[in-house]
Amino acid sequence: MKIWWILVQRDLLMAWRRSSDIFSVVMFFVLAVVLFPLGVGPELDTLRKIAPGIIWVAALLAAMLSLDQLFQSDADDGSLDLLLLAPIPLETIVIAKCCAHWMVTGLPLILVAPILGILLNLPLSGFAVMIITLVISTPTISLLGSVGAALTIGARRGGVLVALLILPLLTPILIMSANAVDLALVGLNYTPLIALLGAFFLICLVVCPFVAAAALRLAAE
Amino acid sequence: MINLHRYANPNQFMRLSSPLVPVVGFLTCSLFPIGLYLALFVSPPDYEQRETVRIMYVHVPAAWMALLSYTLMATFSAVALIWRHPLANVMARSVAPIGASFTLICLITGSLWGQPTWGTWWVWDARLTSVLILFFLFVGYLVLYGAFDDMAKGARAAGLIAIVGFIFVPIIKFSVDLLDLRTLHQGASVSKLSSPAIHESMMWPLMIMAAAYLCYLITFLLLGVRTEIMAARLRAGHRMRAEKGVQLGSSE
Repeated sequence: MKIWWILVQRDLLMAWRRSSDIFSVVMFFVLAVVLFPLGVGPELDTLRKIAPGIIWVAALLAAMLSLDQLFQSDADDGSLDLLLLAPIPLETIVIAKCCAHWMVTGLPLILVAPILGILLNLPLSGFAVMIITLVISTPTISLLGSVGAALTIGARRGGVLVALLILPLLTPILIMSANAVDLALVGLNYTPLIALLGAFFLICLVVCPFVAAAALRLAAE
Repeated sequence: MINLHRYANPNQFMRLSSPLVPVVGFLTCSLFPIGLYLALFVSPPDYEQRETVRIMYVHVPAAWMALLSYTLMATFSAVALIWRHPLANVMARSVAPIGASFTLICLITGSLWGQPTWGTWWVWDARLTSVLILFFLFVGYLVLYGAFDDMAKGARAAGLIAIVGFIFVPIIKFSVDLLDLRTLHQGASVSKLSSPAIHESMMWPLMIMAAAYLCYLITFLLLGVRTEIMAARLRAGHRMRAEKGVQLGSSE
């Protein structure tokens, strides 16, 4: 557990030293959302209808941008080999990496999302659900993203590839989250969808570290 | 249990598959004309859909084969990962483009059928969307397979994503079903084709077409694997000749 925490701290420190990366991911999120009113047109009714979907799509794309560096820099400077030799299971290391990744990517996205909700005229009744879905599902993105990032170590054009591999698997999150916000806006019961999002997170928590660890071992061969 | 390793030998595979290819190839070539004739001319037009129902004979088997291809791809990948079976990766790689084309056929014929029946080429309904996502899964597998300079590495990475995808397919299918929920409470909804028990006169052409598709799948799977093995031999031959050339050059 101590090593685990040290690993999280290390990743956080490294992210802090390169804080412009975090900033650019958040700015991409904001920009992607801002583009929609310009493209779709400024009618507030239309925007309100598509706001949950837009925010979620933009969040997914922004998260994709941050994923390619999750393991690639470790593989480049050789620290991945040391991680493989570490006295704790590789699966826990993957969880540590995901945890740190969520803190530097998922958390800022959650903090910015309400502002974007205001820009898109999202009614107040939708805000809480929006935030809840983000809180539950951004860790899922980090977990599934770790699989994509681990599989594409050393691949050509890794960044685009991660998106191509992982986005189809992330569609359940998008559908269920946007649906939950929609239901909340109409005043219907959205808790089953929140529970399903939680279930999806738990499945990913069980499956993804093992697959990512297998992919890391493969990459180190 | 069958000894898998007996079939792991590429030479063994080449020997066993060489008489098989013409047989399944012939079956494909004969079943397709029979099936298409029965489907397009003999079978009756549908009471509601009229002649457009004939698209079904091309569309439904494609959907079945697309699902079968993905299952095969994931199974082969798992076999390759667990037993390090050298041929299984090649089998998975060969079935992927076939599966992707079946998915594409399914999507295209479906949209051709949708235009006269639903009045639109595309609907974001659960079934269509899940097949579209299946297509993306095939594409992702193929792209990842080719993204590495070291082919063996690409094969194993792609194998992992095929297995993960297979685990997630039911979840994706389930969540995509929620799309119908959304279209329901946002106006315009398209009623799905209710499926009454299919009549014999339509059942037979459909089954023959499915058999034809299956034979096509097997034929091209075998051909693909054989091509891959021959290509690997060619590469090995080139390498040996190149090395020999270097040795000759140095001894001269």
